[in-house]
Amino acid sequence: MSITSPALKRTRGDFPFAIVNYAGFLLFALLCAYPFYFLIINSISANDMSALGQVRLWPEGFHLSNYTQILQLDGLSAAAIVSVARTVIGTACTVLASAFLGFMFTQERMWKRSLWYRLVIFTMYFSAGLIPMYITMKTLGLTNSFWVYILPAIVQPFNIILVKTYVESMPASLQEAAEIDGAGTLRVFFRIILPNMTPILATVAIFTAVAQWNSFQDTLLYITDQKLYSLQYLLYTYTNQASSLAQAAQNAQGNLGALATAATTQTPTSIRMTVAVLVVLPILFIYPLFQRYFVKGIMLGAVKG
Amino acid sequence: MSLTQGAPLLDRGTADTPDRERGRGSEDAPRGRRRDRDRRHRGKKASPAMFLVILPFLVLVLVFSYLPLAGWATAFYDYKPALGLSGSDFVGFQWFRMLVSSPTQLQQIGQVMANTLAMSFLGIATSLLPVFFAMLLNEIRAPWFKNAVQTLTTLPNFISWVLVYMIAFSLFSTSGLVNSVLNDWGIITTPIKFLDTGEHVWLTMLLWSLWKGLGWGAIMYLAAITSIDPALYESARIDGAGRFQLMRYITFPQLMPTYVVLLVLSIANMLNNGMEQYYVFQNAFNKEHIQVLDLYVYNIGITGNSLSMATALGMLKSVISVVLLVTANAIAKRARGTSII
Repeated sequence: MSITSPALKRTRGDFPFAIVNYAGFLLFALLCAYPFYFLIINSISANDMSALGQVRLWPEGFHLSNYTQILQLDGLSAAAIVSVARTVIGTACTVLASAFLGFMFTQERMWKRSLWYRLVIFTMYFSAGLIPMYITMKTLGLTNSFWVYILPAIVQPFNIILVKTYVESMPASLQEAAEIDGAGTLRVFFRIILPNMTPILATVAIFTAVAQWNSFQDTLLYITDQKLYSLQYLLYTYTNQASSLAQAAQNAQGNLGALATAATTQTPTSIRMTVAVLVVLPILFIYPLFQRYFVKGIMLGAVKG
Repeated sequence: MSLTQGAPLLDRGTADTPDRERGRGSEDAPRGRRRDRDRRHRGKKASPAMFLVILPFLVLVLVFSYLPLAGWATAFYDYKPALGLSGSDFVGFQWFRMLVSSPTQLQQIGQVMANTLAMSFLGIATSLLPVFFAMLLNEIRAPWFKNAVQTLTTLPNFISWVLVYMIAFSLFSTSGLVNSVLNDWGIITTPIKFLDTGEHVWLTMLLWSLWKGLGWGAIMYLAAITSIDPALYESARIDGAGRFQLMRYITFPQLMPTYVVLLVLSIANMLNNGMEQYYVFQNAFNKEHIQVLDLYVYNIGITGNSLSMATALGMLKSVISVVLLVTANAIAKRARGTSII
């Protein structure tokens, strides 16, 4: 809705205010968008130009060979697979678990239901801390295991609250009718409830997927095996450790040296930019498409002030 | 956990729900307060089978949220990972005493606390910005412009801190865009070290958090604006209020309840800055001013290998945080009649 109806008399200060307001937002929006544009144009420009910082407003010496070359870097395709796998598997597990638990916690007949529910929700408000988590993971044998990306993230109290609230807003007769027809609780869940809560599950899924894709700290803490590095972690090492980057550039040279020219020879800058674009591209694609789910997610969790 | 850090506002947003829950579902709630959903199960026996199907998930919760609490024991031992807890020596409160024992250690902890509180207070001091952002964006008349601004300014919230750092590096390193532009324009001859410096660290960290979070932070207020009763504006207009008076006397006060809840929560979270942002931006030059509590725990525990001392510190932090949260909740309860957690 708009609070500025046409009926509102325009005052003298309105026009300058509007100009300043539009200009301010334009500036901030550009400030937010330009870095992404900068990464993209640099990744498709001639590598000798980008290394000198000469690519600023549009691509110079357009070529796409960075993207074909980058996939041959040691460890990159493995990291891409790890990142995609953890996002897909992790999201599927979290969404299903949230849906199931959110529904089950509405079932009054469950033995000691509110106790279990509080046990789960309470975990939102404390954390044992970094080192005890690390020791626990090590004891469980989850360090240097792919499952450290999945298992600890399956039960998410916040998602469970979202789903539970949603199920409570569904008409109770839905479940009653099915039960009269002889359906058990699990059948009710899979046949009746689950198909009817896609909107909330979409919201949960989108947030979980972004969190999984962006996660960096768990790799840093629990993973030393290079085969299990995520793309985020790889990008961090490429950005922060000149040595690993030089190594990567050299490897790329070794593989492709014969074909390379100054414009297509990999430089630290070109590798960094291209990997960064690979990391950010999925977000750039899904964000505008699913923006309304993101907004809905925050509103569902929002404080009813 | 790292996963929840993806959407910090969301965590805070959970606010009301569990509390509402407390009143409702519990077995001893007065019968009259139960909703019809509950009524139909009245008289049916408690179902252990239903408990059994959620048991595997409860085990996950126990293992990954409650079991690590046992790791707090580490703080009282001279923990050697190779020997395990049983093979390590019990040392009582030695590590807690060591945290404040020597002047150097005390000075270091003092600096870490200063960093932690400074970053938190800067965040709190700028917490009205999303409110103003939302109020001003609401004054934009062209819907396409409003939508475009909203999309572009919320985008940074959805990228990782690693990527933010990568962007910072490409733009502000000595060979980055800003330096090369300034050099081309003849403004500087030697590159400015924006990142490898111990100066203005608190400020630059604040600016990066604002870049990342401002647009997203405004979303909730934008939505809150749409739910303000139009009659309020109508009557104010009849009384002759102009645009700015509407903003000041209607919109702003109407957003305050939401703002206050988020403010109280951020005060309660004062010690929990998270470590990701500070870890990625950390280097030898800025380390002194960037080390917040969470990062310090990581640095002495994982990098420095003193697991026991790091646990002791982390344990203190967790306990103080819970106390802060409970206190904040109690204050909110007195002030508004409803609790926030």
